[in-house]
Amino acid sequence: MDDHRLEAIIGRLLQIGVLAAAATVLAGGVLYLVQSHSGRVDYRSFAPGGPDLLTLSGIVRSAIHFDSLGLIQFGLLLLIATPVARVALAVVGFALERDRLYTVVSLIVLSILAFSLIHAT
Amino acid sequence: MTALDFTGAVWILSFLAGFLGALTGLGGGVVVVPALTLALGVNIKYAIGASLVSVIATSSGAAAAYVREGYSNIRIGMFLEIATTLGAILGAFLAGRVGTHALAIIFGLVLLQAAIQSFRGNKGSDQPAASDALATHLRLGSSYPVDGNRQEYGVRNVPAGFGLMFGAGTLSGLLGIGSGAVKVIAMDSAMRIPFKVSTTTSNFMIGVTAAASAGIYLSRGFIDPRVAMPVMLGVLAGAMLGAKVLVHAPVRTLRAIFAIVILALAIEMIVNGFTGKV
Repeated sequence: MDDHRLEAIIGRLLQIGVLAAAATVLAGGVLYLVQSHSGRVDYRSFAPGGPDLLTLSGIVRSAIHFDSLGLIQFGLLLLIATPVARVALAVVGFALERDRLYTVVSLIVLSILAFSLIHAT
Repeated sequence: MTALDFTGAVWILSFLAGFLGALTGLGGGVVVVPALTLALGVNIKYAIGASLVSVIATSSGAAAAYVREGYSNIRIGMFLEIATTLGAILGAFLAGRVGTHALAIIFGLVLLQAAIQSFRGNKGSDQPAASDALATHLRLGSSYPVDGNRQEYGVRNVPAGFGLMFGAGTLSGLLGIGSGAVKVIAMDSAMRIPFKVSTTTSNFMIGVTAAASAGIYLSRGFIDPRVAMPVMLGVLAGAMLGAKVLVHAPVRTLRAIFAIVILALAIEMIVNGFTGKV
């Protein structure tokens, strides 16, 4: 395992993750448009939605019930997870290379990401 | 406007932004936000949230292609991501505190800088430097392909680069953009990393940086599914097409046109921010 091979594997996995996320968002989007295509929309003023779309558990719950907006948010969560997975894979990769310094460096980045995601949701 | 009209209009604008962003290397996020706020009257907080999501999509989606070229440096990227992710968290917290008009004005100023930078063009110091003590200790130097051979390069001024990266992360978290331009300045000008390595490593870092603020955006309600859906799908499709036709495109002309567009958007954002229209 060298750096380049590691990056190639990670790059491939990221692509698959993005496509899966895009497919989920598309499915939710089609469902949303089928259900409410002629509804009036206005996004001039900022009014955050309810917990169904703002928290991890709420999003998962509404996605399971095939709620269109919940599905879109779930797809976006998948997307947000791709760079996090990238860093997690780098931790494993550097550990396999027995590169102590960069295992620690990528662990620091991973914990910053984890802190931000857990703290926020 | 009906939901169908809105979704269609946002998709088309985002597709164009992603396409031009990929062709010119300036990224789609910087155009999506002003396009949504100025043309469709979307609140800047929704626009920023949707843009951040699209930034992650293009960064992760392009990663495989960039790796194949063999320019990006995962060690430099990972080390500097400590700075960009911390900055991104700070930026995302600030985005919740700063008012809409101020956000528009700051966004306009960043656009102005991007326009000026692309008018000047990137000279890029391609004379490789030798690593200084700290960079040697961190093993940041590597090699990259030049005319079929591997050219060794070193890295310098790590603390300055790290500081600039913190700033790039803060801007990214505050405005929902990739801030790839600032990342490239930090690596290319400050740390003397070859231009090709800087741009590809920067692309790799953008997604991780954006992920650090995404959770905060989500919980604050910046990411509205009805706005983010067409933006993400449009920018992604546009960026994929842009990467395909990149080889045959007149990049210099496109870059000049794009710079003028950005300049116009910058002025409009600043004016509308001051008059309270955005």
